[in-house]
Amino acid sequence: MLQDKDRIFTNLYGQNDWKLAGARARGDWDNTGAILARGRDAIINEMKASGLRGRGGAGFPTGVKWSFMPKKNDGRPHYLVINGDESEPGTCKDREILRHDPHKLVESALIASFAMGAHTAYIYIRGEFYNEARHLQHAIDEAYEAGLIGKNACGSGWDFDFYIHRGAGAYICGEETALLESLEGKKGQPRMKPPFPAAMGLYGCPTTVNNVESIAVSATILRRGAAWFAGLGRPNNAGTKLMAISGHVNTPCVFEEELGVPMKDIIEKHGGGVRGGWDNLLAVIPGGCSVPMLPRDVCENVLMDYDSLRAEGSGLGTGCMIVMDKSTDIIAAIARFSKFFKHESCGQCTPCREGTGWMMRIMDRMVQGRAEIEEIDMLEQVTRQVEGHTICALGDAAAWPIQGLIRRFRPVMEERIHAYKAAHGGSRTVQVPAGMNEAAE
Amino acid sequence: MVKVTVDGIPVEVAAGSSALQACEAAGKEIPRFCYHERLSVAGNCRMCMVEVSGGRKPVASCGFPINEGMQIFTDTEVVRRARRAVMEFLLINHPLDCPICDQGGECDLQDQAFGYGADHTRYHENKRAVTDKYLGPLVKTVMTRCIQCTRCIRFSTEIAGVPELGGISRGENLEITNYVEKALTSELSGNLIDICPVGALTSQPYAFTARSWELKRTDSIDVCDAVGTNIVMQARGAAVLRIVPRINDEVNEEWLADKGRFVVDGFRRRRLDRPWVRVDGRLQPASWQDAFATIATRLKDVPGQRIGAIAGDMCDAESMMALKDLMETLGSPNIDCRQDGAKYDTSRRDFYTFNTGIAGIEDADALLIVGSIPRQEAPVLNARIRKRYLAAGRGGFPIGMIGAPNADPTYAVDVLGQGPDALAALADGTHPFADVLAGAKKPMIIVGHGALTRPDGQAIARACWDLAAKVGAISPDWHGFNVLHTAASRVAGLDLGFLPGPQGRDVAGMLDGGVDVLWLLGADEFPTDRIGPETFVVYQGHHGDAGAARADVILPGTLYAEKPGTYTNTEGRVQEAFRAVMPPGDAREDWRILRAFSEVAGRKLPYDTLEALRARMVQASPVFGHAAWSRHGTSDTTAPDAGTVPVSDAPLRPVISDYYLTHAVCRASPTMETCSGIYVHPAIEAAE
Repeated sequence: MLQDKDRIFTNLYGQNDWKLAGARARGDWDNTGAILARGRDAIINEMKASGLRGRGGAGFPTGVKWSFMPKKNDGRPHYLVINGDESEPGTCKDREILRHDPHKLVESALIASFAMGAHTAYIYIRGEFYNEARHLQHAIDEAYEAGLIGKNACGSGWDFDFYIHRGAGAYICGEETALLESLEGKKGQPRMKPPFPAAMGLYGCPTTVNNVESIAVSATILRRGAAWFAGLGRPNNAGTKLMAISGHVNTPCVFEEELGVPMKDIIEKHGGGVRGGWDNLLAVIPGGCSVPMLPRDVCENVLMDYDSLRAEGSGLGTGCMIVMDKSTDIIAAIARFSKFFKHESCGQCTPCREGTGWMMRIMDRMVQGRAEIEEIDMLEQVTRQVEGHTICALGDAAAWPIQGLIRRFRPVMEERIHAYKAAHGGSRTVQVPAGMNEAAE
Repeated sequence: MVKVTVDGIPVEVAAGSSALQACEAAGKEIPRFCYHERLSVAGNCRMCMVEVSGGRKPVASCGFPINEGMQIFTDTEVVRRARRAVMEFLLINHPLDCPICDQGGECDLQDQAFGYGADHTRYHENKRAVTDKYLGPLVKTVMTRCIQCTRCIRFSTEIAGVPELGGISRGENLEITNYVEKALTSELSGNLIDICPVGALTSQPYAFTARSWELKRTDSIDVCDAVGTNIVMQARGAAVLRIVPRINDEVNEEWLADKGRFVVDGFRRRRLDRPWVRVDGRLQPASWQDAFATIATRLKDVPGQRIGAIAGDMCDAESMMALKDLMETLGSPNIDCRQDGAKYDTSRRDFYTFNTGIAGIEDADALLIVGSIPRQEAPVLNARIRKRYLAAGRGGFPIGMIGAPNADPTYAVDVLGQGPDALAALADGTHPFADVLAGAKKPMIIVGHGALTRPDGQAIARACWDLAAKVGAISPDWHGFNVLHTAASRVAGLDLGFLPGPQGRDVAGMLDGGVDVLWLLGADEFPTDRIGPETFVVYQGHHGDAGAARADVILPGTLYAEKPGTYTNTEGRVQEAFRAVMPPGDAREDWRILRAFSEVAGRKLPYDTLEALRARMVQASPVFGHAAWSRHGTSDTTAPDAGTVPVSDAPLRPVISDYYLTHAVCRASPTMETCSGIYVHPAIEAAE
């Protein structure tokens, strides 16, 4: 469990002043120039040594990502783009940084930009985060005024500009290449990779796209040292992370916690326990809605970090868990996700465009039980047909919750179908040809 | 070059190629919908997936860059599953209305469903229906069939240069649309029909006409403009039902202008299918013998000086050769193939051809257009200019224009002035664009008929040549002086010397009673009302248009689809077209008519076969002997003759006022009529 002295976000709940004076009192902007004076390579090495992994969901080592930026400038500008399009259902951690600790982000953006040779950083903020954007803009203005950013930022000789771009409400714009497209003023549709943004990103220039939290923690890491950060958490899952609990717990909240703490402890400590007691727990979706859910017996022992959850066939994702107790209609819950993904698919590539709608329609029938038993397998196959075949990860994200449902709660689905048949005379509502499943293979 | 292996076959492909190109180099066919060689890579259909060494997932080969030693697998279980999955997804919302779909038989989705489709559906929900869109009179839409490959969006944005199509909504609801109910403003819109892999965009005039497998295909050449677009005439029975482009990277790549494609419904309307003779002021049907006898009688006692002949804009070289020879035997020096009164110095071939070559545009690094609007005069060539413009990037291919365009040229132009005075400013270096041309390594200048048809046309051409020579556009390995013709027959006519002989009269000279007997070979594009009232007019041609209306004898000739013929495009490239269908009624091949008449007139032409006639053409101009055209430079910068009329300051005017109605065939075409109403005269449309 995280101790107060190791907390990075000390104004997470907005209990203190979020403006420049308050931020300085908490240690932000403290001799930032000295950090910059260490030089690009030193900063990147320090970040690599800290073991920080991307906080947006994929968990790619942040220092390594920064090191992909070309060392020599070929005439094209470099860009840092911060992904503040936090739209994942159940996830609201970056929002707390934006509204209560904006200076941590601005300072870290300066350091990160310097480390990757970028004079300009953009932050793409979810359009609905209106007040958050205002707070951040205020912080940026304060920083400009205080000479912390702008020309000769913090007296380092490095020029740095920071711009806010507000999104217009599309989940897909949180995908890094779709975000770049949207930032360029185009329709937010993901790009093919390769080329990766580090080679050809915003306006065709080398670009790094990082999550708000990944950037915001970097100033503190550099100030307190990589060893301190790496000492928290577990090997390969270092540091602290902002997490959240929503759903059927007594005290839903956002909090900062060390990685590698048992999920049960987190739910008990931060969430105030599951509504109706631990035994009333049905399942937990550990990180936003794009990762498969875990049933209670797994939740009993699993640790909240990247590798432990992956070993259980799920993932840390954004670290914002959705807790569901036994009053939940688990099929309806996942069907709601399917509707979300169908609605948010950009429509560019075939498997996701057609597959999300198909999955949603089968899921809607599954909720009622108006389906055939064989269709559970067919649904599973459809998710496999979408997974791994799309341009971006939204197809995977749409497939995984359903796969999790089938893997963990198949008996519930079958029971629902039998119940429907019993209530409606058991006639086949859907013609399913014999040998259908073999044909799909 | 990079070495990769495809299914164990080692191949070498250029660095920067995609995995799909490597697979094609290895002879592996990769199914695809969204990928198109001439468009940007979208990678959205996901049909072209392959496995590559070291990859966890199959990748879309169209956009996947290769690297040294990469192993590609095109036929593994993973790949087959992925493609079957994509095919199933494409089909779940596809209407499967193949029996009533015009794309049937030439549909990529249909073809590939044979390889990757299942024999039944697992999708039992309701299918998606999409509202059809209005894209104008040429392209019919059935948007429910659309598979959202976005080829049409990329074509209209990149090739046609009219970014009027796009996708709206997301996910399943993604629709291709132009958003406003407005016809696509492109002269290349017909190509959307070809690039659409399914039946979403089909030909409106051809709708429900025929099945692709019923059609007999004949290679031909488009004569609606002077580009010499390679086409295929597709005919069933006696009728050509549609025209589609044929790939020729040197000329048209795989595009065809709308006029050349949709003019086809004019082929069988207003045709001259029997001889007519004017008796007592009225045209009466006649036999070939009577018609020939009437002409022969009239010609008796008329001296050669009082006989004239004008060749039209769509004539094949063969008929012009025969007519020229006939006029020679009649002792007439009055022949002309320049209905529009254009003036050229024909002493050298590079004074009147497009010397850079159409493909050569892609090597140019600066362009000056004088008195031409390529978008209307040669839409396919214009697409090549746009291709170069896009490839060069911002400011990489500066384009200057003298004479303002009357429509968006589809690339950024610097309008240098309205009249030849701008040319003078370039010549003396006072205009900044002069430095652009001088600084370019391969500058090119296009002189159009907006300039050449003026009285001072030759002087303007001379000024352009001088400018080209001055900026280094004429060198042994680069020829940047170009004449953009608008008439398909023109270059062949000039090559054959279908021009007034010594003391001969040109078109203007033959009018107003300049000759007593005037032979019009498909000539309608000159002021026929100025033909002298006493002049006896023989009209030999295929459509009842202006020339036929004035004629005293009508000899029914043949369209370009109905005869084997040789055409020389604006580059000077000699191309051969074949007969797709037989001419209607009593109409005959034009050179045969002339040959037959020569016998009646007692001045028999010395060839009885097409081969003999073609041998005669080679004799007249050796360019007809060797078919291959190659790009050339010249070290001889001797300038063309400047003519006698000095350059005036009058502004340059466009030579085409209505793109859709430039010749007799399109004036007979209801489709072209409709297009003219919608695109050129929209006020009429609005008033209705």
